[in-house]
Amino acid sequence: MSHDDEDRMSTKQKLVYMANQIATFFDSKPHDEGVAGIAEHINKFWDPRMRRQFFEMVDAGGAGMKPTVIEASASIRRPRQDAA
Amino acid sequence: MGLVHEIDFGTPASRSEKQVTLTVDGFEVTVPEGTSIMRASMEAGIAIPKLCATDMVDAFGSCRLCLVEIEGRNGTPSSCTTPVMPGMVVHTQTGRLKDIRKGVMELYISDHPLDCLTCAANGDCELQDMAGAVGLRDVRYGYDGDNHVRAKNDGVENFKWMAKDESNPYFTYDPSKCIVCSRCVRACEEVQGTFALTIEGRGFGSRVSPGAHELFLDSECVSCGACVQACPTATLTEKSVIQIGQPEHSVVTTCAYCGVGCSFKAEMRGEELVRMVPWKDGKANRGHSCVKGRFAYGYATHKERILNPMIREKITDPWREVSWEEAIAHTAREFRRIQYQYGRTSVGGITSSRCTNEETYLVQKLIRQGFRNNNVDTCARVCHSPTGYGLGQTYGTSAGTQDFDSVEHTDVALIIGANPASAHPVFASRLKKRLRAGAKLIVIDPRRTEMVKSAHIQAEHHLALKPGTNVAVVTAMAHVIVTEGLFDEAFIRDRCDWSEFQDYAEFVSDPRHSPEEVEKLSGVPAETIRGAARLYATGGNGAIYYGLGVTEHSQGSTTVIGIANLAMLTGNIGRPGVGVNPLRGQNNVQGSCDMGSFPHELPGYRHISGDAVRDIYDSLWGVKLDDEPGMRIPNMLDAAVDGTFRGIYIQGEDILQSDPDTKHVSAGLAAMECVVVQDLFLNETANYAHVFLPGSTFLEKDGTFTNAERRINRVRKVMSPKNGYADWEVTQLLATEMGLAWAYRHPTEIMDEIAQTTPSFALVSYDLLDKMGSVQWPCNEKAPEGTPIMHIDGFVRGKGKFIRTEYVATDEKTGPRFPLLLTTGRILSQYNVGAQTRRTENVAWHDEDLLEIHPHDAENRGLRDGDWVRLVSRAGETTLRATITDKVSPGVVYTTFHHPDTQANVITTDFSDWATNCPEYKVTAVQVSPSNGPSDWQKEYNEQAQQSRRIAGQLEAAE
Repeated sequence: MSHDDEDRMSTKQKLVYMANQIATFFDSKPHDEGVAGIAEHINKFWDPRMRRQFFEMVDAGGAGMKPTVIEASASIRRPRQDAA
Repeated sequence: MGLVHEIDFGTPASRSEKQVTLTVDGFEVTVPEGTSIMRASMEAGIAIPKLCATDMVDAFGSCRLCLVEIEGRNGTPSSCTTPVMPGMVVHTQTGRLKDIRKGVMELYISDHPLDCLTCAANGDCELQDMAGAVGLRDVRYGYDGDNHVRAKNDGVENFKWMAKDESNPYFTYDPSKCIVCSRCVRACEEVQGTFALTIEGRGFGSRVSPGAHELFLDSECVSCGACVQACPTATLTEKSVIQIGQPEHSVVTTCAYCGVGCSFKAEMRGEELVRMVPWKDGKANRGHSCVKGRFAYGYATHKERILNPMIREKITDPWREVSWEEAIAHTAREFRRIQYQYGRTSVGGITSSRCTNEETYLVQKLIRQGFRNNNVDTCARVCHSPTGYGLGQTYGTSAGTQDFDSVEHTDVALIIGANPASAHPVFASRLKKRLRAGAKLIVIDPRRTEMVKSAHIQAEHHLALKPGTNVAVVTAMAHVIVTEGLFDEAFIRDRCDWSEFQDYAEFVSDPRHSPEEVEKLSGVPAETIRGAARLYATGGNGAIYYGLGVTEHSQGSTTVIGIANLAMLTGNIGRPGVGVNPLRGQNNVQGSCDMGSFPHELPGYRHISGDAVRDIYDSLWGVKLDDEPGMRIPNMLDAAVDGTFRGIYIQGEDILQSDPDTKHVSAGLAAMECVVVQDLFLNETANYAHVFLPGSTFLEKDGTFTNAERRINRVRKVMSPKNGYADWEVTQLLATEMGLAWAYRHPTEIMDEIAQTTPSFALVSYDLLDKMGSVQWPCNEKAPEGTPIMHIDGFVRGKGKFIRTEYVATDEKTGPRFPLLLTTGRILSQYNVGAQTRRTENVAWHDEDLLEIHPHDAENRGLRDGDWVRLVSRAGETTLRATITDKVSPGVVYTTFHHPDTQANVITTDFSDWATNCPEYKVTAVQVSPSNGPSDWQKEYNEQAQQSRRIAGQLEAAE
C-alpha cells in the first residue's frame, strides 16, 4: 500500500503540525495574549522530549513553523539536561 | 446475607409537596397529594393484593384484585387508580372484598398451568403469592374448556395456545403463563420508551405481542429487560433463572459498561451469578437497565478468558504459562533493565477506564513513584480529553455540571454528536420519557439517529451537518443568540466576565458566523440553525448533552468551549434541568481522569508543576516527583518508533484496536522491548505483548466507579477472582517487587489515601458510600453530601470565561481520491472494541460492522445492499459489507468499530485535537468501491494475530 507511507508524518513533522494547530487557535486572541497562550499551552502539556525536539527545530530556523510559534518559543521552557 | 428486598409500592411516587392524611384499616397515614390508596397503604405497611400494578409503571386498574372499600363511597374502587383524599377512611379487607378477590383469582387460575413445582418462577411468582394471599383453595370452574394452557384439547388442536418464544438469547416468552396484566407492555412504553410490545386481540383472545405478532428477536425489542422485570409470572423469564434456579442472596454493585453507571443487584446462588437486576435506588438508572448491563456478563466466564500469567521473549514466540511470582519478577526486572539502559523516562503506562478508581490510582502511583516519571495516560485521551480542556478553561473544572435526575426538569434538550439511544441507553430512556411529557429536542448530528425520530419522539430540529463543522454551527447558534438579543444579560453580568462577553459578542456577531454563511460549509439550512438557536435560548430550561461526535475532531476542544459559551450566554447553568453534560463513554472514564491518569496532572486535576501539590505526594510517598509533564499515548508511540521509549504497562486498554492509525500503533508497540498487557482476554494489543497478566472482572473485586455525573458508585465483589487476584492486587505485586513499600489490604484503604490527598474527595470513604449509596464529587467540608449540580452560586474558576471559537476546517479534506467523509459510532448491543460483548449472546443483534452509505453514493459505485466494499483512506484500507440507508447524507459514510476484523482504525488518520491530541476519529476522507473480500492487510493482520495468540502446550490459539 504505497499511498499511506508517503503521507505519514515523521515525529518532528507532527510536532510542527501540532504547534501550528495550537497557534491557529490562539490566532483569534490579541497578538500578545495569543503568543503567551501558545507558550503556556506547550509548557503545560508537552513533555521534555517533545520540547527538546521542538527546540532543535526552532534553533535550526524553525522551518514550517508559524511566526507566532517561533515568537512564543522565547517563553517556552527549555528542558533541563536531566529531563529525559 | 440474603436477597436485597425492594418494596413494590404498586404505583409511582407522587412529587406533590402537599401532604394528605387518611386512615387505612385504622392506621393513620400521611402521604403526598396524588398518591394512590395502594401506595399509601404500603407506606403504612399494609400490602393490598395486586397483579397488574407495580411501581415502575403508572396504575392501570385491570386485574380487579386491589379493590378496597371507602367509607361514604359506593362500590369497591381499585386502590391503584384511586388517589388519596384528606380524611378518607379505607378498609382493605372486608367480607365483600374477600369474595370478589377469591372469584377473580379463581378465573385467573382456571386458565393457568398448574406446574408450579417445576416452574422457573417458583419462589418468585406474584400469581402464586396472590393465590396464597386471598386464600384460594378451590377453582369452581375446573380447568377444562377454553384455555391458553394446552396445545391440544382432547386431541384437538387448540388455536388459543401459542408455543414458547425462545428467540431472544436471554429470556423466554411463554404465552401459556400470561395473565395479560400488560405490565410488560407498559414497562416497554413508559420505562424503556421503545413501544415494542402491545396487546393484540380482545377479550379472552388478548395476548402480549412483540411488534405485529413477531418473535421477540425479530421485533423492535431492544432487550433492555424491563418487561422481564415487570412480569409477575413466569411468562417472561431470564434463561439463566430457568437454567440455574432462584438466587439466594444478592449484592448491590455497579455496571461495568458505559458512563451511565447503573446500579444493579447481582443475584447469586453461591458464587454463581444467576442474574443482574437493576436496583430501584440506583440514582443514575432509577431501576432501569439496558441489554448490556442486564444480560451481557457472560464474558466473565467465557472460555477464552486467560487465567494464568504468561511471558515470552519475542512476540513471534508462543506464549509460555508461568507462575504469578515468575511473571511479576520478570516484569519488574525488565522495567528496571530498560530504565537502566535507556533512561528513566523510557518506560510508562496506561491506566484503564474499565477498572476501578482504586486500581487506576495505583497504576499512576506506580508510574510516578516507582518509574519516577509522569508517562501515564488513559483512554480518555481518545475520547473526552477535549472536555477536560474546554470546560476547564471556561468554567474552571472539566466536570459535567448536572446529575441525570436533572433531565426531569429539562424543557429543551440539545444533543450534539451523541447517540444516547445506542451508547447511553438508560439515560436515553429517561430523556425520552421527558420528551414524551412535552420537552423539546434539538439534535446536531451528521446522521439521522434514533433520537431524531423514533416511537413517540421527534426532534424539533435536526442539524445534519457535514462532519467536521461543529465549531461553525455552534458559533452560528451563538451568532443568532447574540444578534437577536436572546442572551441572558443578567446572568452574564452576574456570573461571567462582562468584558470577555463583549469580546465574544463582537466576535460572533461578525457576518461570517451568520447561519447563512455557515450553511455554505456545514450544509445545514440557515433557518434550521436559527430555529434551533431560538428554541435553545428561549424554550425554558436548556440542557446540552454531548458525546464523542464533539470531542473526536481536530477542533474538539474548540467545540467544547463553544458549547460552554452557549450555556453561559443563555444562563443555562447552575440549577436543575440545564447544564453542560458530557456523556462519557466508559464506565470509569470520569474516574480514571479524576485519579491523575493524565501525564500533566495529579489526582484531582492538579498540574504536576505545582510545588505545593507535589509536596503532598513527595512526603506521603517518600520520593521526589518529576515536575515535568510526561508523554501522552500518541507521544509514547512516536517515541517508541524513534527508539527512546521501550517499555509499557497497559492495564485494561486495547490501544491497538481503539487508537487511531493502527499501523503507527503496531509499529510503536513492535519497537518496544517490554509490553505488559493486563486484561481479561488476549486482546489485539496483546499480539505485541511480552508479558500477559490476567485481569479480573468487575464481579470479582471491590472498588468504585465514577460515572458521567461524577457519581462515585460502589463496585462490590460477588465472586472470587478466577485469575487469582483483583487488578489492584496485581499492580501492588508489581510495585512491591520493584521495591515500593505498598501494603494495601483492601481497596477501602486506597480510597482513604485518595481522600487524604485530593481535596475534591476529602470526605469520600466506603463508610459514606455504604451509608448514602453513592455520592457526587466534590465531596468535602463545603459539600459533605456531595454536589449534584455544579456552579450553583458561581463558577468554579470565579467568573465564567467566554473564549473565541474560530472555525478552522480540518486538514482531512475530501478530494478526487477520497470524495466521501467517514464517521464512526456505536450500536446498542455492542460495546466499544467489543472484547466483552462479542463474547456474549449480544452477537445475535450485531455480528459484524457494516458500512452505512446513502443510496445515491451506492448507486454511483454500483453497490447493492450487503455487498463487500473496499474502504480506503490515505492511512490505509480495509473491507467490510455495505448497508444502504438514507440515515446518512450523500457524501457521508458511517460504520461502527466493534469488531477487530473490520480494522476501522486502519482507516482513521493521525490528525488530532489541537489542544489534547484526541484523535480525529469522526472525520476521515475515504473512497468506497466494490470488493471481493478481505484486504491484504486484514489477511496479514489475522495471520499475525493467530501466530501471536499461540500458547505453548495448547493446540489451538486462544481466540
